Order: sequence, then C-alpha cells, then structure tokens
Amino acid sequence: MTDTPLTKNMHADGSPVDLAEYEASGGYQAIRKVLGGIEPKQVTGMVKDAVLRGRGGAGFPTGTKWSFVPLGPEVPNPTYLVCNADEMEPGTFKDRLLMERDPHQLIEGMMLASYAIEADVAFIFLRNEYRLCAERLARALSDACAKQYLGKKIFGSDYSLEMHLHVSAGRYMCGEESGLLNALEGKRANPRLKPPYPTTAGLFGKPTVVNNVETLACVPHIVNRGAEWFRGLSRTRDGGTKLFGVSGKVKRPGLWEAPMGTLVREILEDYAGGMRDGVKFRGLLPGGASTDFIVESDLDLPMDFGGLAKAGSRMGTGTMIILDDGTCPVGMVRNLMQFFSRESCGWCTPCWSGLQWAERLLGAMEEGAGEPGDIEKLSELAWMWAPGHTYCALAPGAAEPLESALKHFRDDFERHIREKRCPYS
Amino acid sequence: MLSAEEIHEIEAEAQHYPTREAVLIDALRIVQSHRGWVSDDALRDLAEFLHMTEADLDGVASFYNLIYRKPVGRHVIHLCDSISCWIEGYAGVRRALAARLGVDFGETTKDGRFTFLPIVCLGCCDRAPAMLVDGELHVHLTPDNIAGALEKYA
Repeated sequence: MTDTPLTKNMHADGSPVDLAEYEASGGYQAIRKVLGGIEPKQVTGMVKDAVLRGRGGAGFPTGTKWSFVPLGPEVPNPTYLVCNADEMEPGTFKDRLLMERDPHQLIEGMMLASYAIEADVAFIFLRNEYRLCAERLARALSDACAKQYLGKKIFGSDYSLEMHLHVSAGRYMCGEESGLLNALEGKRANPRLKPPYPTTAGLFGKPTVVNNVETLACVPHIVNRGAEWFRGLSRTRDGGTKLFGVSGKVKRPGLWEAPMGTLVREILEDYAGGMRDGVKFRGLLPGGASTDFIVESDLDLPMDFGGLAKAGSRMGTGTMIILDDGTCPVGMVRNLMQFFSRESCGWCTPCWSGLQWAERLLGAMEEGAGEPGDIEKLSELAWMWAPGHTYCALAPGAAEPLESALKHFRDDFERHIREKRCPYS
Repeated sequence: MLSAEEIHEIEAEAQHYPTREAVLIDALRIVQSHRGWVSDDALRDLAEFLHMTEADLDGVASFYNLIYRKPVGRHVIHLCDSISCWIEGYAGVRRALAARLGVDFGETTKDGRFTFLPIVCLGCCDRAPAMLVDGELHVHLTPDNIAGALEKYA
C-alpha cells in the first residue's frame, strides 16, 4: 500500500477534517515539536534534506528558498509568509482539494514555514471563485485562533504568528509571485522586476516567502516523520508524493496522490482508466496550460521535476490535460492563447500584443482564413515570448503549448491553411 | 457615502495591512457585495474614504475580473471557457445558455435576472464543463441540463 500523507485523512463524502479530528490523527504535533526546541534553521534543513520542491509548477527547492530569508533580531519586522492559493492555471484543480478537505494541514504547514523563516504575519492568497475553500479556511483559522494555536506566544513558546485569509478579486496574473504581492498591496497584479527577489524585498518591501498550497501541506509530514521517510515516498530524486490529475476524454477524470516519479502512462491508464471508447490518445499537456505537449512515445517518462525534460516538457502542476483524436489541436491551442491573451496584465509588449496576434492568427485558421506563412509567424511570436523578453513567466508559459503543438501537430496546422477550414468541425 | 456596515467591514480587513491603500481590493469586493456592482459614485465614495484618487481606484477596479464596473443582473452566470471545459463540450453549453437567456457574453437579460459572463478555469476540470451562478458551482453541464440548473435563481 502506497503511503499518501496529504490525502490519507480526507473523507470520501467531501466533508472537511475538523480541528478535533486533525489533532486526533497527529495534527499540530509537528508545530508543537518544533516550538519545543528546534531552531528555525533546523526546520529549513529538514525541508532541504527532504528534497521538497515547489508544487506550484516551477519546482524551486523549498528549503533553499527559505534559506534566502535573513534571520535574527536585526532583521526589520515584519517578515511575511504568503501561501499562493490562487490556483488559476487552466487544467489545474489540486490545491482546491487540499483546502476543502483538510484545511488544518495547510495551516500547520504554514505555521512551520513561518517559524522557519521567522515570519510574523502569514497570508493565504485565495482565488475568489473558491468559495468553499474560503468558508472552510475561515472556519479552520477561527478554530485555530480560538485554541490559541495562532496569535501570541503559540503553545507557550516565544513565537507569535498572525494568519489572515485574503480573497482575491480574480486575475491569473495574481498567481505570479510578484504580481501576487502587488495584488496583496491593493494594486494591479503587474509583475515586479527581479532581483530583488521577494525573500529580500517582498510584500511591503519586507522579506517574504511565497509558497504553493501543496508545498506547504507537505511540511508537517516532513517534520513528523523525517526527511529520509519523505524522500522514500518518491520513486526519483525529488522527494515526496504528488497530487496528479487528469482531465479531458479519459474514462475517469480525477485527482490522485501518488509517488513522485510515477510514470505518465500509469497516471493516464491505471488511475484515469485510459481513453474513453471511440477516441484515441494524441497528446497531453503534463501540468497545466503552460507546459509543452508530449506524445505517445513520451508516456513512459516519470512525472517529476526533471523527468519530462527528455520530451522537451516539464511536470508543471502535475495535472494533465488530454488531447484526443476527435479534438482539434489548433482549436486547443487557440483556446489556450485566448486565455493567456485575456489574462495578460498588459505590462510587457511581447506578451499583450503578441498574444493578441497569435489569438487572431489561430482564430483565422480555425475559421478557414489561415494564410501561408501563418505558421512561421506563430513561431516568431513564440520566440518573442522567450524568458528574458518579459518581466514574468506568463508569456514564456504561453510559448510552451504553442511551440510544442507546432512541432507535434504541424500537419494539422498546415491542413487548416491548405483546406481553408477546420477538418475537425 | 459608504454605509456604516461597509465601513465596518473595510476597517476589519484594513487591520491586516500596514498601509491604507492595501485594503483597496477587499474594499472593492465589500462595496460590490452590498451594491451589486461598483458604480462611479461608489468609486468616488471609496476614493474619499481611502484618501486615494478615483483614477487610481479605477485602474485597480478595472484590472480584476470579478469587480463589476457596470450594473449586473440579479444573478451572475460565469461559464468556464478554459481548456478542459472546452474539450468537454463548452461550445454547445454556451450556445444553449445563450439561446435560453436570449443574451451572449457581457450582456444582461431584459428582465434583469441574469448577467452572462465567461470565466477562466474554475479548477474543477475533472467535472467539466462547469459554471458558477452567484459563486455556486455547477458541473457536468450539458445543453439539456442547464435549464434545471438555472431554475432556482429567481
């Protein structure tokens, strides 16, 4: 039986694990243990040893990020921890589960992270549409405050921590770390120039760590059971389990916790039950809209942070979107470009202008008005979105499905132009 | 003028931030929750209350997808038009909804009952296609089951 620490306490009926039940299953023991005499740096050390990497998509080593935060009495207060719960990557639906079903696991993870970086204030930055998460997190925070697990001098220690829930007003850009910080400061969620990185100058100019929900939910388990155990959950070098999801025309769309490094094929076939009758597999985006398509010959690669590099892709959020043979790849990419174009904050020209252009070219192709040369124009646009040409990763993310679709499904693009119609409609 | 209730709620959120301006997004949400949308008058009231300019406020208000700077109907439908819903039949659901409501995206029905808007991925891709009505999630939509889903919103 595979160990599934993140989801093991969750109820099948969808109701949340409440405070009493969370504690009965060993909850809030990790923070007690740490406050009983483990130094912040040791907590960071454990997380480093566990090889926990950021589950928001980029995979940055969590302990390393924490180690960039200045510690000690001379550091100007406050230091902030921000939980990025702005889950808006198309095709991604994993953090919702963690917040709806086991909110205290996240809160304890945030407490441990906060302690490790000596944070005084922690925010959960939640997307507006996740109403049930908001209700359950608010309830969990209020229950934790009532028992004085949050606030002044937690568990009789000298450590104090405030924790607040911020509900966003909705924009994909808020998921970008520096855009999120601007949004939390009451501004437009435009990205900031880096460096300085948030760990030095983040929220309100103070040292700030921004971590994803799933990343933080792993931390209590690392502290309770140790780095070696956490590494052992994985089949590869990246520690832990991972929430994997599948959407599209498979038999059982859904979300599962499985060892890091589980093969793409196992997730697609064993967990999601393979393709529905009548449709065939053509390709998939491994982890949200901002990842490169992979195809049949790549299915035996492992889902971890480096495993898909051989196929020119990456795990991203770990929630796959499946392209079947009855769905138009050009239409799929057009839908993705519409999304990126609409959600672009308008700060960098290659992004706002280039995405609109790509959207128009693909729209024309779908409607039978594609021209010779459009494919080359699309390639040029994708080049314009390369890292370094814009402030943030929105445009580079948009380039990934576009460039890889042009590579894997080029015939489809050419056919749209040649036949002056969408062959799938 | 902001109501006493609005001020009370905004002040409660403002305590969490070191600057006055930081509460702006919460404040816009709060005002909208009381008034249905953020009118020019509401924006002016809020600007005065936060000691900010209306232009600054509008720059922020117009940036966020879920702040309405135009009046909306009694109920707001947000139909997800992102990738997983698109694969699973979003187009048919949109056509059926538009036909039933007699309006398309960005419009409000003549009786003021519904405003129909698109929304980015709602994070329930395994239950696609999906929509929110007044924030309430409806999943596994088909052209045939949307009428039933809308019935309860009078």
